[in-house]
Amino acid sequence: MDPLIRLSVENLAVERGGRELFRALSLLCEAGEAVALTGPNGAGKTSLLRAIAGFIRPSAGAMRFEGAAGPIEADEVRRAQCHLIGHLDGLSDSRTARAELIFAAGWTGASPAAALAGAGRFGLERVLDLDVRRLSAGQRRRLALARLMAAPRALWLLDEPLSPLDTAGRALFGEVMADHLARGGLIIAAVHDPLPIRARALAIGG
Amino acid sequence: MSAFRLLMRREIALAWGRGGGPLLAVGFFLAVTTSFPLAAAPAPARLASEAMGVSWIALMLASLLSLDRLFDRDLGSGALDLLSLGALPLEAVVAGKCLAQWVTSGVPLALAAPIGALALGAPPVAAPMVFAAALIGGLTFAFLGGTGAALALASRRGGMLIALIVLPLLIPPVIFGGAAIERFAAGSAWAGGLALLSGYSLAAVALTPFAMAAGVRNAGA
Repeated sequence: MDPLIRLSVENLAVERGGRELFRALSLLCEAGEAVALTGPNGAGKTSLLRAIAGFIRPSAGAMRFEGAAGPIEADEVRRAQCHLIGHLDGLSDSRTARAELIFAAGWTGASPAAALAGAGRFGLERVLDLDVRRLSAGQRRRLALARLMAAPRALWLLDEPLSPLDTAGRALFGEVMADHLARGGLIIAAVHDPLPIRARALAIGG
Repeated sequence: MSAFRLLMRREIALAWGRGGGPLLAVGFFLAVTTSFPLAAAPAPARLASEAMGVSWIALMLASLLSLDRLFDRDLGSGALDLLSLGALPLEAVVAGKCLAQWVTSGVPLALAAPIGALALGAPPVAAPMVFAAALIGGLTFAFLGGTGAALALASRRGGMLIALIVLPLLIPPVIFGGAAIERFAAGSAWAGGLALLSGYSLAAVALTPFAMAAGVRNAGA
């Protein structure tokens, strides 16, 4: 697989419900870089992330994904190299944390051992056999981040990843993001609080 | 483990996790078929002549019971995003979900179907065909029901819409399956009805995943 090294978004416009959220938005993110999307509520940060993930069709503009060996099809990137953490954590309430983690590992191409190691790093060993509905919001987010960390995927799309985390969790996730960048990963994160790593800021709307 | 098998295991575990979903469908079916004779006129001969039709309709309705939640929960929890970013195309994901629905709801219902038909007074010789028709028809019910669920996903009054979209499409399999069972019990040529039912089921399995994937994509957008 050709690893993703550059994502460029050019003159993107997204409409939601007949209202234009933003237009002429351009963004460049290279391997080892993080981009922090800022802007008021409703400016379109989430929509931009979902457009990159292919869930929303932009009304104008282009997205280009480039690997070390040349351009990569957007579908190819979304299938194998992209991971999105939305403000919903994507966990099924009626299953145990362990079952959800193992499933996500298989689904994203990670090994179960890597997923369990991720859970260990986020301090989740003691809650792995609880149903997801019994976890607190912070623990659910930690579980989602352990899933993200284990997935061997270069492009991380993060929507308010820090919000339910405590101080220690934020510091920990800062380290995890720094590791990801050091391995040549790309991060695009919508944030209100500053990211605990060096990131290029991009303001949307307002 | 292949992605499809992984998905099937997740879906089957989820189906058992949501309040014993399969048991609910079987319970509904058996409740209808065993209480129908109590409400109908006390004429066993007339009841027996209607037995196959009534049990077949009860089966269809029972198999639609849990379908409105097929995609709803995964949309609500955000899990559909994760499922959309996997190795499988969304068409295969929705087909896997419907197949798991068939395994957890259609197969138990097919096992219960002969019991329900007998309770209504159907002749015991009809039992094998009731089982076969329920098994094959269950595929159609799962995939067409899933189509309705996917199309209703983005709209609010989902349940009502599912019924409106799905019921007309379920009429042909109801006719084919009912005819196959009647004829088998009467000892006449039944293969035609079963072949039509099988063909309809195969067409549903082959074609509806495209509609379902489109519906799910639209709901996520």
